[in-house]
Amino acid sequence: MNTLAIIETSKPVYTRPDSLTDIQMRYCPGCTHGIAHRLVAEVLDELGIKERTVAIATVGCSVYAYEYFDTDAVQASHGRGPAVATGIKRCQPDTIVFTYQGDGDLAAIGLAEVLHAAARAENFTVVFINNAVFGMTQGQMAPTTLMGQKTTTTPLGRSVEQGGYPLNICELLAQIPGVAYLARETMTSPKRVRQAKRSLKKAFQVQMAGLGFSLVELISSCPTWWHMKPLEALQWIEDVMVQQYPLKVFVDKLEAGE
Amino acid sequence: MPERQLITGNEAAAEGAIAGGCRYFFGYPITPQNKIPEYMSEHLPRIGGVYVQAESEVAAINMLYGAAATGAWAMTTSSSPGISLMQEGLSYMIGAELPCVLVDMVRGGPGLGNIAPAQSDYWLATRGAGHGDGRCLTFAPASVQELYDLTGEAFPIAQKYRNPVMILADAVLASMREPCTLRERLDPPQEKPPWAVGGARKGRQRNIINSLWTAPPVMEEVNLRVAQRYEQARQNELRWTEHGADDPEILVCAYGISARICQTAIEHAAEAGVACRLIRPISLFPFPVQVIADWAQRVNKVLVVELSLGQFIEDVRLAVEGACPVEFLGHTGGVLVTPEEVAARIIEIA
Repeated sequence: MNTLAIIETSKPVYTRPDSLTDIQMRYCPGCTHGIAHRLVAEVLDELGIKERTVAIATVGCSVYAYEYFDTDAVQASHGRGPAVATGIKRCQPDTIVFTYQGDGDLAAIGLAEVLHAAARAENFTVVFINNAVFGMTQGQMAPTTLMGQKTTTTPLGRSVEQGGYPLNICELLAQIPGVAYLARETMTSPKRVRQAKRSLKKAFQVQMAGLGFSLVELISSCPTWWHMKPLEALQWIEDVMVQQYPLKVFVDKLEAGE
Repeated sequence: MPERQLITGNEAAAEGAIAGGCRYFFGYPITPQNKIPEYMSEHLPRIGGVYVQAESEVAAINMLYGAAATGAWAMTTSSSPGISLMQEGLSYMIGAELPCVLVDMVRGGPGLGNIAPAQSDYWLATRGAGHGDGRCLTFAPASVQELYDLTGEAFPIAQKYRNPVMILADAVLASMREPCTLRERLDPPQEKPPWAVGGARKGRQRNIINSLWTAPPVMEEVNLRVAQRYEQARQNELRWTEHGADDPEILVCAYGISARICQTAIEHAAEAGVACRLIRPISLFPFPVQVIADWAQRVNKVLVVELSLGQFIEDVRLAVEGACPVEFLGHTGGVLVTPEEVAARIIEIA
């Protein structure tokens, strides 16, 4: 049997989720955006909500997310995804809405919007990609950059004098009563990927149940601007990043039966 | 059954919006327009609408962007410093071809300025809309009734041209009380526009609301499509009023509250023997160029009166195209002009 015949007669065991388009993603090799996109898409498929979902792409490496998710989509200005999501959800409460935001977008320019959306208990989901750098603008310091971490704007490593301290978004949001689901996960191993998917699914289920604001932070790798090989980058997450950003389910009102 | 009430400009803008079909409001408090969000927070929930107090004007305009993306008839209102903050969002809405309505109750500036009446947001309203090549369709009322009418009419206009519409008023119009005839509240259309996101897709193509076009020829195509709509607005939406002598020496041009003051002033000037005609543009973008150009051929001079150091005068000069001298009278920083002052200036230049 030739290769083509094998492909044609084989039963597929791993295919592209229905909620992803076949447009080729523009992410760098070894970047975990691709895994995160796939997990969100699998969740939309499994919950059967693709046809009533609006994805909100923001500004950063994931600016083209509206091309990748096979849903209605809105491209938002830098940091304002949660405000745009608020407008959509308040006008169309039956629509499932999620923003997909990096750490520059959410933790720097858009901090006010995400905090106040949480405070208002807005019923949408945030997928927060934290890779500790501004990726698309070529590796500058982000609010989530670790102490001592070298970036293009902290060439000697992040210092308190110049750049202050990293911002822990989940810990900040955990004290807000409007938050119904809040978890931090990563995607460094098959086990971690499965756990990340479980949290993403919970977040969307919380939204479907109308319980309030949900956010899943995904600690992600940026081999390009960390100047590491993909596997080294994943190892650095496990060895260093999760010390600053512990993996944890902070709030789960679905489990709590609220 | 039309109902006549004595109401403030702020109330007129709020009720005018509801009467015109607005059901969603996103705003942030700022003087002198606070009565509008207060009115909306009370009245919209009663009729199944939504009021959200945003954490900033930046958030408010982006909530409006999201609301507009769903095809909802939505608005925000603010005053000068808040409108400055909304410029980025307006630019995105124009780029994404989204309709919305804004009211700017202009106050003295720049900076924090004050809360007195001014017309120094003319450039912001007619040239602004942030970065890029877009503009807001802009209308300037001169009475509480006109503020009520224009705010309501702005919603279908915004939808028709898929572009933000700005109602440019000021602190006097916001606060003053005049009789206003209210009409029945219209419902917005049930059917969503074909480009709207949200709701059940059920077989239709997915919709994307976006202003990112990395290929310059594609971006140019979008901008030309938007410009084409501005050209259609130029053909359909020009509005102005004119009063006074049929054979005038002086043409007075003023808009909004300044035009009310000029109305009295040209009567004083007529008593002193100087015949004037007053043109009051209501649509500021598109601008009624032709009527000003025609009168400019028949008068000795044009006098422009506005509450700024000279912004509106640029559009008048472009319309006059050198046909006669264009004189200026204005105050800035929240200071009003008086009818006596305008009349004296008319007599001086005649």
